[in-house]
Amino acid sequence: MPTDVPTAPHVPLPASILSQGPNLIVSIHAALDDQQLERLQRDLLERVGRDRSRGILIDVAALDVLDSFAARTLADLAYMAQLRGARTVIVGIAPDVAMTLVRLGVRIPLTQTALDLEEGLEWLGT
Amino acid sequence: MTDETSTPTGAEPDRGDELLLPELVAHLRDNRTQLRQQWAERITDAHLLSSMTNQEVFSEATSVYDNYVEVLETGSVKALQHYARDLSERIIPRGVETHEVIGIVLLLRDVLARSLFEKYRDDFELLNRVLDAYEPAANRIANTVAVSFVEQRERVIRDQQDALLELSTPVLQVRERLLILPIIGVLDQTRAQQLTEQLLHGIRAHRAKLVVIDVTGVPDMDESVANSLVDTVTASRLMGADVIITGLSSEIAQTLVTIGVDLSKMHTVGDLQGGIEEAERQLGFRVSKVPDAD
Repeated sequence: MPTDVPTAPHVPLPASILSQGPNLIVSIHAALDDQQLERLQRDLLERVGRDRSRGILIDVAALDVLDSFAARTLADLAYMAQLRGARTVIVGIAPDVAMTLVRLGVRIPLTQTALDLEEGLEWLGT
Repeated sequence: MTDETSTPTGAEPDRGDELLLPELVAHLRDNRTQLRQQWAERITDAHLLSSMTNQEVFSEATSVYDNYVEVLETGSVKALQHYARDLSERIIPRGVETHEVIGIVLLLRDVLARSLFEKYRDDFELLNRVLDAYEPAANRIANTVAVSFVEQRERVIRDQQDALLELSTPVLQVRERLLILPIIGVLDQTRAQQLTEQLLHGIRAHRAKLVVIDVTGVPDMDESVANSLVDTVTASRLMGADVIITGLSSEIAQTLVTIGVDLSKMHTVGDLQGGIEEAERQLGFRVSKVPDAD
């Protein structure tokens, strides 16, 4: 048994990855710590290859905080997914979260955002 | 007359200090009409309360006078405080200034002090003691009135600011999924933030896809305002709504370029009408004139 793995892989992430047609729908249920975020990034990129996904939708509506690390990780993820052939849209950023991100000077470059799941799916083109 | 009140000077032992104040009050009551008249005249001479008619000044002067004497008599400023608040509430909308209010109270103090000088001028010792009793009470009254007035004024200003903030940032839906945000008046940091907050909640509530921010009513724009506008646009984009800015005047356009604020990533359209038309195009609306409308 490898003991140097920071988070035990069998602990489920508070996030679910569903595959719907050509798209992956990721819904984050609770705040993720830095290691969980990196794990989500890894898992997702793997799924993109395995499912040959064309699009990723990340729903963050349940989050009332999105720190700069999380924002950057999601932006990086979008770019990496792009390199593997999938476009990413982040949906459900709450007003307060948007304000905080802007005030902190965090930009989510190259990342498409949409109001909610419906809008995001429309943009991805189901 | 009790024995504990021994006057250090020993002068006029039959008039102890605790009797001076009632005597004073009686004097002010007896000469009410005359003193009040004198006071009102001095208010007019000093050009105080010029925004009120003579009759109003006289009637307020009467109330203030009676309250004043009452405070001297009872030593309690409670009733006066209440009256001062009422009075302030009435006269603040008329544009009465702080210096006027303090001025009239000080005038009354002077008028009354002068009448005391006149009454006791033959007995300097007694006059001194009368003034000892009178002055602290008079100063306390002046203090109370001034503080009440200023407090009331501050409250009015705060209320108005709140009302202005509420009123000044309407988020309006003009088409399905299209909002307009007309900004009127000077933008500062607080207002910009409040405006952003309201807009973001509006975007969510109306499921907006496009927002037209019209800044025709913004007189001028400096770097910080321009940057907060950029922040507003960025935050809206995070929520999935695009922003069109309209109504940048030629002066503002020149200023922005001169101070080097980069609005090139912003979608700008000349005026509000153009902005709405552009937004309609993007949302797929087509507005056409019905031929037989008129």
